[in-house]
Amino acid sequence: MSEKEWPLWEVFIRSKQGLDHRHAGSLHAVDAKQAVQMARDVYTRRMEGVSIWVVPSDAITASDPDDKAELFDPMADKVYRHPTFYKLPKEVEHM
Amino acid sequence: MYTQAMDIPGGPKAVAAATPEEAARNSAFDARIAADLKIEPRDVMPEAYRKTLVRQISQHAHSEVVGMLPEGNWITRAPSLKRKAILLAKVQDEGGHGLYLYAAAETLGTSRDQMVDALLAGRAKYSSIFNYPTLTWADMGAIGWLVDGAAIMNQIPLCRCSYGPYARAMIRICKEESFHQRQGFDIMLSLCKGTAAQKEMAQDALNRWWWPVVQMFGPPDKDSVHSGQSAAWGIKRISNDDLRQKFIDATVPQAELLGITIPDPGLKWNEERGHYDYGAIDWDEFWRVVNGDGPCNRERLATRIEAHAEGAWVREAATAYAEKAAARELAGKRAA
Repeated sequence: MSEKEWPLWEVFIRSKQGLDHRHAGSLHAVDAKQAVQMARDVYTRRMEGVSIWVVPSDAITASDPDDKAELFDPMADKVYRHPTFYKLPKEVEHM
Repeated sequence: MYTQAMDIPGGPKAVAAATPEEAARNSAFDARIAADLKIEPRDVMPEAYRKTLVRQISQHAHSEVVGMLPEGNWITRAPSLKRKAILLAKVQDEGGHGLYLYAAAETLGTSRDQMVDALLAGRAKYSSIFNYPTLTWADMGAIGWLVDGAAIMNQIPLCRCSYGPYARAMIRICKEESFHQRQGFDIMLSLCKGTAAQKEMAQDALNRWWWPVVQMFGPPDKDSVHSGQSAAWGIKRISNDDLRQKFIDATVPQAELLGITIPDPGLKWNEERGHYDYGAIDWDEFWRVVNGDGPCNRERLATRIEAHAEGAWVREAATAYAEKAAARELAGKRAA
């Protein structure tokens, strides 16, 4: 292939006003403007969105899967961070 | 199915780990598969698993893209504006499905351009079904009803595939595919309720598409070379023969409702099995089409090559425009 490959973009869609943008997928486009246009055609053909973000894929820094234990396991034994850890007297109905 | 060429010899094979380190990594992968957990792009995976998925997902993507051609043939000749709008939307969906799938395959370290190159060079496979011609409008009905119906049967278990990006793409595709099948059945229903000539056209389409569709599920389980490995890896959840049976069982009553006859004299309800028995499938025809000698193999590939070549100037112009706009923006920033 002699042609230059179009860069990859990650697409995030807000499905409805008031909700977060969520990752929908990726696509190739020459620039951000074209990426938005293409995202509209590829990912919102059935009213899946009201807003689109596109981010160059190589601009994303991700955690290393090999660091998973180191990063996330320390949270496993901190159940006291959840409200269900605390037993309330019956008299307290809502807290 | 769309990836039936996965069942032909020559695919990657799982090999024993070469080092203790690799063995440890493989066993972490095996444990995850055994627990039915998903594998994500940057997780460790055996090379054969990665290669199998690249092959399967790219074949699937190519099938979606080549699959636009038989139906594209009828867009300008759809019998009404409503049917034309529906057909356009369906063909656009197929293009979108191809894009989701190329993107899913790219997470495995290949690129879309490489995959497209492989297709255009004739090195990659796509489903045998798209190598049959669409001769009448009724073929649009038969394709939606039968081809997409068969595709859904195959794709629903793929939504649970062990590879995350493939499974997620399949969920999106399955949601959209169900419109495809219904619009096809709707065309068949209209034709079958119409004049005698229209009903005959529907019957003719069923006659021509039935056997190629039944073959879509791929060779019988006993001849399916990679099925065992794919099943162990959580890529293939249901066997070719089981899916084929499921499809036939679901389709027979639909044909009865339409009042047209499935062209298989061996088709008979088997009380004991609780399934329909069906006649012998012409596997020679299947292999002929898979290996490049179907009615439209050459035409389909030539059309794809032509479309790609004719689009080259658009891709080049878009790249040049983006570079110019970026340079202009940079100059503006420097001046400021």
